[in-house]
Amino acid sequence: MRRIGDAPAVRRLLISAALVLSALFLLLPLVAIFAQAFSQGVMVFWANVSNYFTLHAIALTLGVALMTIPICLVFGVALAWLVTRFSFPGRRLLQTLIDIPFAVSPVVAGLIYLLLYGRNGWIGSWLDGHDIQLMFAWPGILMVTVFVTCPFVARELIPLMQAQGSREEEAAATLGARGWTTFRRVTLPNIRWALLYGVILTNARAVGEFGAVSVVSGAIRGQTNTLPLHLEQLYQDYNAVGAFACAALLALIALLTLAAKASLEWRASRREVLT
Amino acid sequence: MSIRLENISKHFGTTQALEPVNLDIHEGELVGLLGPSGSGKTTLLRIIAGLESADRSARPGRILFGERDVTHVHVRDRRIGFVFQHYALFRHMSVFDNVAFGLTVMPRKERPSSGEIRARVFRLLEMVQLEHLAKRYPAQLSGGQQQRVSLARALAVKPDVLLLDEPFGALDAKVRQDLRRWLRRLHGELNFTSVFVTHDQEEALELSDRVVVMSNGRIEQIDAPDTLYRAPRNRFVFEFLGDVNHLEGSVRNGVLTCGDAYLHVNLPDGAEELLLRPHEVRLAEQPSDTCHLPVVVTAISPVGAEVRVELEADWLAKPWLATVRHADFERLGMKRGQHLYAHPRQWHRFNDQMQPAAQATRAA
Repeated sequence: MRRIGDAPAVRRLLISAALVLSALFLLLPLVAIFAQAFSQGVMVFWANVSNYFTLHAIALTLGVALMTIPICLVFGVALAWLVTRFSFPGRRLLQTLIDIPFAVSPVVAGLIYLLLYGRNGWIGSWLDGHDIQLMFAWPGILMVTVFVTCPFVARELIPLMQAQGSREEEAAATLGARGWTTFRRVTLPNIRWALLYGVILTNARAVGEFGAVSVVSGAIRGQTNTLPLHLEQLYQDYNAVGAFACAALLALIALLTLAAKASLEWRASRREVLT
Repeated sequence: MSIRLENISKHFGTTQALEPVNLDIHEGELVGLLGPSGSGKTTLLRIIAGLESADRSARPGRILFGERDVTHVHVRDRRIGFVFQHYALFRHMSVFDNVAFGLTVMPRKERPSSGEIRARVFRLLEMVQLEHLAKRYPAQLSGGQQQRVSLARALAVKPDVLLLDEPFGALDAKVRQDLRRWLRRLHGELNFTSVFVTHDQEEALELSDRVVVMSNGRIEQIDAPDTLYRAPRNRFVFEFLGDVNHLEGSVRNGVLTCGDAYLHVNLPDGAEELLLRPHEVRLAEQPSDTCHLPVVVTAISPVGAEVRVELEADWLAKPWLATVRHADFERLGMKRGQHLYAHPRQWHRFNDQMQPAAQATRAA
């Protein structure tokens, strides 16, 4: 007996279509990036990467990502906890609001932040009076990066925490555990894989964010230039090898992230088989 | 430790889950909260535990454990043991760590040493006969084993009262029977006060010292199992505690008629509904002068101590169920399609205002 929808012709067609499309749109560009980056030899590649401005851009990008992750982690856990463990008026609305950063174009997000926190903005003018500059400086980059990445952790956690329910936490309470102990010993171990997964996605997005950052950063070389912005500048300056060297770095970070994600998924599935 | 509830009520939004309830549970008692789903029994249990708070109305209720007022005491400080319907074991902890949890989260000053914890956990695991599974994880255990772990975990902190929410609901019949017997014995040995929730009347009657029957957020009756079965206070309790046959008709001059069936009854004229338990229906080949209830046998189930027979007739809205001794079953040579006459040994009636039962006995 053949299962429904399992005709050999259909199967062959779908598989080959998937393979061809993946090769054309995913694999080939990736190969091209590395080919271009190394097209004039390793030395040129290295010269471009070890250039001061590039190194600064790498440091800024990674630094912003490193600061973004804990913020998103705390925000995501708190939000997921709130939405799944309490019922209050506006809960559904809040669940919808979480998705705003996904729905809004990053450029728009950047512009809004510029309007609010820029020197002439509502909040920015007041801050300017106190000598605090957010826009065209790294705090602004951090702010918009947090904005575009904040849903990831919460979105990973909410369905899981909804499915798990609060019975184990109730059990912990009946056994005398206090709030923090319950969180540390009961809740956290149950959500740790989803949490890590959320962090990986957050990191990937934080490192690669272009649109929102380009609006608020000002792209000052050696000061507020992130790796994606630096890449674009190099390309505009007709330095193709330099641009592709940066692209190769970004692709490398993406590949590492993907590998981490795959290994997590593999471990999670193995745990399920075990238990 | 005795439990006393005074004027406890609960609303969820605008729906009333519990009407104001008063309940006294004596020290060392094993009490079953019995009712259909939605009757408020689990809500009541969770309020006793402190997992749910009662309404704060104009006349606020009180919950007392012995002399101690726990109305506003947080669940973690109430010193209760709670066994959840689906066990709620910590899935990422071994059986040992699950049972030890309550001891390891104690404030440092009161916390036993790790050696003491180990000893106590193994004593508990021995009691629930699971010491060989201490290293396993919950997902590697059967339902009955998980329930025993959950019980050991609740008992580890030496609670004043043990509360169980449908403790055997998710288990198959055989395991359920074993665990019931085992819980009864444990309760006798350790002598704590226990309250459990169930929707299974057999379980409630078998296990409890006293049963609290609930419906629609109200306590219908509180009594020992035998009293409850013999003297149900109202129609709901009577119908909930077992199978019931209905005989509806109108009475005139001391005769209840229903189609071509009739029965002499000593009741005033008017519409009437009589209720009979299956064992209160006797079957015979002939009607009597005072009783003419023709029925047809439609199904026979000879399993168990008695034969269960289903009866139908055109004067009956719903089929009747009768239980017949095997000897009588053979004597009558009963088979499907056979025409017989039903003779009530006894019947019950409740009027609509849910007043105490009126009962009458007839010579069979």
